[in-house]
Amino acid sequence: PGELLLCEANTVYKYIQEDGSNRGTYGKLICTNFKISFLDEDSASDDNEPQFKNKIIGENDITLQCVDQIYGVYDEKKKLLTGQLRKYPEKLIIYCKDLRVFHFCLRYTKEEEVKRIVSGIVHHSQTPKLLKRLFLFSYASAAPNNTGGRNQTVMFDTLEDWRDELERTKGNVKYKAVVTNEGYRVSEKLPLYFVVPICVSEESILKFQGRGIPIWCWSCHNGAALLKMSAFPKEQDDNTSQMQKAFLDGIYRTISNPPYELLKTEDLSSSLPSLQDIQTAYTRFKQLFLIDNSTDFWATDVKWFSLLESTNWLEIIRRFLKKAIEVAECLERQNSNVLLIEESATDLCCVISSLVQVMMDSYSRTKSGFQSLIQKEWVTGGHSFLDRCNHLHKNDKEEAPLFLLLLDCVWQLVQQYPPAFEFTETYLTVLSDSLYVPIFSTFFFNSQHQKDTNTTGESLKTQSGPFKFLTVWDWSVQFEPKAQALLSNPLYAEKLKPDKSQRKTTRFKHQRQLSLPLTQTKSSPKRGFFREETDHLIKNILGKRIGKFIINSSDEPHNSFKEFYDSWHSKPVDYHGLLLPSIDGPEIKVWAQRYLRWIPEAQLPGGGTIATAAKILDLMEEVQSLQVKMDEEHSQAISRDVQAVPMLRNSARLSSLFPFALLQRQSIKPALPTSTWKDLEDEDDLVKRDDEFVDLSGDMS
Amino acid sequence: NEEIPRLPGETRVTDKDVIYMCPFNGPVKGRVYITNYRLYLRSVETDPVVVLNVPLGVISRIEKMGGASSRGENSYGLDITCKDMRNLRFALKQEGHSRRDIFEVLTKHAFPQSHNLPFFAFANEEKFSENGWMVYNPMCEYRRQGLPNERWRVTFINEHYGLCDTYPSLLVVPYNATDDDLKKVAAFRSRNRIPVLSWIHPENQAVIMRCSQPLVGMSGKRNKDDERYLDIIREANGQISKLTIYDARPNVNAVANKATGGGYESEDAYPNAELFFLDIHNIHVMRESLKKLKDIVYPNVEESHWLSSLESTHWLEHIKLVLTGAIQVADKVSSGRSSVLVHCSDGWDRTAQLTSLAMLMLDSYYRTIEGFEVLVQKEWISFGHKFASRIGHGDKNHADADRSPIFLQYIDCVWQMSKQFPTAFEFNEQFLITILDHLYSCRFGTFLYNSESVREKEVSQATKTLSLWSLINSEKSKFTNPFYTKELNRALYPVASMRHLELWVNYYIRWNPRIRQQQPNPVEQRYMELLALRDDYMRRLEELQITNNSKIPNSSASSASPSQMMSHVQTHF
Repeated sequence: PGELLLCEANTVYKYIQEDGSNRGTYGKLICTNFKISFLDEDSASDDNEPQFKNKIIGENDITLQCVDQIYGVYDEKKKLLTGQLRKYPEKLIIYCKDLRVFHFCLRYTKEEEVKRIVSGIVHHSQTPKLLKRLFLFSYASAAPNNTGGRNQTVMFDTLEDWRDELERTKGNVKYKAVVTNEGYRVSEKLPLYFVVPICVSEESILKFQGRGIPIWCWSCHNGAALLKMSAFPKEQDDNTSQMQKAFLDGIYRTISNPPYELLKTEDLSSSLPSLQDIQTAYTRFKQLFLIDNSTDFWATDVKWFSLLESTNWLEIIRRFLKKAIEVAECLERQNSNVLLIEESATDLCCVISSLVQVMMDSYSRTKSGFQSLIQKEWVTGGHSFLDRCNHLHKNDKEEAPLFLLLLDCVWQLVQQYPPAFEFTETYLTVLSDSLYVPIFSTFFFNSQHQKDTNTTGESLKTQSGPFKFLTVWDWSVQFEPKAQALLSNPLYAEKLKPDKSQRKTTRFKHQRQLSLPLTQTKSSPKRGFFREETDHLIKNILGKRIGKFIINSSDEPHNSFKEFYDSWHSKPVDYHGLLLPSIDGPEIKVWAQRYLRWIPEAQLPGGGTIATAAKILDLMEEVQSLQVKMDEEHSQAISRDVQAVPMLRNSARLSSLFPFALLQRQSIKPALPTSTWKDLEDEDDLVKRDDEFVDLSGDMS
Repeated sequence: NEEIPRLPGETRVTDKDVIYMCPFNGPVKGRVYITNYRLYLRSVETDPVVVLNVPLGVISRIEKMGGASSRGENSYGLDITCKDMRNLRFALKQEGHSRRDIFEVLTKHAFPQSHNLPFFAFANEEKFSENGWMVYNPMCEYRRQGLPNERWRVTFINEHYGLCDTYPSLLVVPYNATDDDLKKVAAFRSRNRIPVLSWIHPENQAVIMRCSQPLVGMSGKRNKDDERYLDIIREANGQISKLTIYDARPNVNAVANKATGGGYESEDAYPNAELFFLDIHNIHVMRESLKKLKDIVYPNVEESHWLSSLESTHWLEHIKLVLTGAIQVADKVSSGRSSVLVHCSDGWDRTAQLTSLAMLMLDSYYRTIEGFEVLVQKEWISFGHKFASRIGHGDKNHADADRSPIFLQYIDCVWQMSKQFPTAFEFNEQFLITILDHLYSCRFGTFLYNSESVREKEVSQATKTLSLWSLINSEKSKFTNPFYTKELNRALYPVASMRHLELWVNYYIRWNPRIRQQQPNPVEQRYMELLALRDDYMRRLEELQITNNSKIPNSSASSASPSQMMSHVQTHF
């Protein structure tokens, strides 16, 4: 609804990206105010429905916001298409932000249709546009939003939500939710309601439009709090900067006295990569996965690791994880408050504060907890999604994939500790895709203020009432219940509630077997021995480091981090407690599901982690049907044959790219590297040697 | 006086107070015990106790560090280099002859071959419920493959290793080739390693053959018998297509080999064969590559440029090439259009890797625990992979150029496959690690010596030593992958792309306490719990049905309601 056809072209030939061959299908290419779409001519015959289908966006749909780059091919040469075109290409390549690549051949299309579709697509997806022209608004006015009930996600748009969160984290003794920003009196960047230390007065909040005010994010179980503050911009004027300094000193003084804990400040803009660095890294990184064909795939395979490293993306992930561990250490072990400082407090702050909470608060590892966290720190918190995703193509310099960075960091944790999360990596992947679906308001505003002013619609003549937007957290809009099941983690070790029935352990043996935290094995002696005690030993008895065999232990702050990190890693994991990621080189990995999912060469028929996951799901179904049967036997009911429909049919042969790849295109041919070897120049002598030098010609005589 | 673990047949030699210089956490005071099998260290005054348990077989080199006059604490002692990716360093007191004694004892027992002493395997008196020597019987294995048949026969020409002293006594060759032909062919193949059958496709009858390089030499010699023999092989699968020859070496090396009398099959001499080079490098390159890998993972994992450091070792690149080669072999055979002949220079390193990996891809039997044991026993041990030279069992010459991690590289390839297909193998990671540990330990006879002929002439191995497979098969559950799903006749092709190849952290970096190994693996554990629950439900359901059928009222008292018990199985449905 609300979708308008803008232009179309017939007899377009879409290549199937599977092999070098020119196989493909004919169809119609259309562009609407919502998406670019390829309509297969014989689409009706396709009864092999993918099991994990998005209800909004089909296999051949690309939302306008999802288009990354468009290339035209002229005489075998690729050219980036932007703005006005003088010549029209014979082939169109569309790279998507969710990393799909489409090849359309226009050779058989009428010339004027080519002109219209190409310029239409380029215009609508690549040129600046007004906020109000986003499909979000047409959709909201055309589609009555009847998702009445709120789901479990806390939106943080009411005072109540903040108070509840304070209560949940027991932060309400020292912190209060304030209404100072009602009517956006303080700042348009800040949410209507937020939380500050009780001792901070309303006047001081108003004084510098909320700058220099510590804003509460979260309280740790020991009372230490995570705070953020938007810093003052560098001032030329001495007087102003004096005033600001005095103001800050005052603030620091009030909040570092009892009852407040010691305060540590973390200036994120000086200790983390800049937005520009992050954007550059991601731009290079994603390029590695936007692959045109098989030759491309194998050509980049030879130098894969150094290519990966040169993008710097994994290193950035590592640095953010490390920073989050440092913050966690301050909160957890040093029992001090941490104040994150950044100019706007809506970019790097969001990543770090969210990560810290995911690591320290097991509620953030449930689905609704994670969603509430995103609402709190990002959506209501004022992250400029519109600018950072460059949805309107207004200013390329503002673009930076911070939210993706968070998801990638969280993914690292998910793959290191699968039982600790209620959601799966598939959840994270579809969440990242949802960034580009303009029917949800969640990721299409810069701030709560911007959303509010555009919702009430003062200047709208066509519509009377305010818009009602959908939230991305209503997953039923995109997925059927069956597909939604893939977002929940079957390995999740649910937290045991202190339930009476569980005390009778003898009778409920199986409960204990099922709950992972209880069956944790004891710390192995191998791990256990690397404890603080040995440190003591080193210092007091034996002294001295020797040779290259002792890990460098020079500076103090680094040391306390290392000690914290090592001592945590030496103990068995409590999936409901503090969770620290491993950040050694080999532990930071490529989020294969998101980045490799559309590449046929990377497919493992019947392999990948999905193979084991599918077995677990199958077994769970079996257990459940047994349970049903037992209940029936108990109630002496007539035994009906309850056949649970297996969700993953033929699970042994799922593609490793499941649920994103289609299964029927399975070729029996193995993938063979086409270009493999590069010279081992540095080892020339060895290369030329024979295995064992024996003159065989001697044997002959 | 103190309890240290000891195997039956293991005897204590000496013990001494030392300081173990732990590379991760600094010096640890302890006592080291040396037996004829292991070096065992237990710390004193630490909680928890630090323990090292190192079979002497893994020791590659023992060096003295510091002299009697060295100053500085802990600078005097022993430095031990191991074959399993770690080093050990012990500091000793400078007085007396304390170091000389322990050095001599260690050297003697770590390198028994250099001291005219037997391996520990001959002293080992362990008892196992299974006899691993019974696992591999060549006749049974060939029969399993449907051999002999009307095109392929079993020959005993090598019964006393007269034809080829590095081949097994029992060989399978084309029916149409006489033993006389075989002798003539042997003259033209390096070390007489003639083309013989490794595996036959059950449906299309295409075969994998293995051999060594032909002795072409600079002058480009030809041999009519060899040419005819290859033609017989080509025809034996009933197709008229060409025979495919995979030369595992890089093209230049194959050419260079002509200078020493070797070479490859030229197009002129073998018009009915197609030759491809697989570009896999020699044993020296692989040895250097592993050395570089050790440098970046031990003791500390290279931090700042992990990926480019990893790439610069080329280790995974070599793995990729070996896998790629094996995929090509397997694909060619399973396409049924042609039989395949694989060789490198001598046909006992790269050739063994390629044939056994291709067989693993094509034949699901080899993906079971027993099948894999058979595969190793057949393609590696019986066909003369020179374990003694490549590993240097009990030999003090640590710099020997014959040493090379070829078998380790193969096991790594297998691990990569099992990682890509986690349900396709009956064995788990622990199985592979155990094989590698005992590749060095010298506790079992399995990997000792270079060839079947030596094994038989020097020792009657099966009666004097134990087989590693006895240990494994006696506690199979420890080595079983719970996710294994039996699938017959399904070819399994890994993707030999760097995007999927991973460093085997749980093996190469296992000594580093900072690298987390979640044991047991939570996914596996969850699955096991569900399995136990299912079995329990099935049992109780059966009981219930019996009770209900016999119409005894009041059956609900029997147990707690199952739905209560299910409260921790997540439901998504």
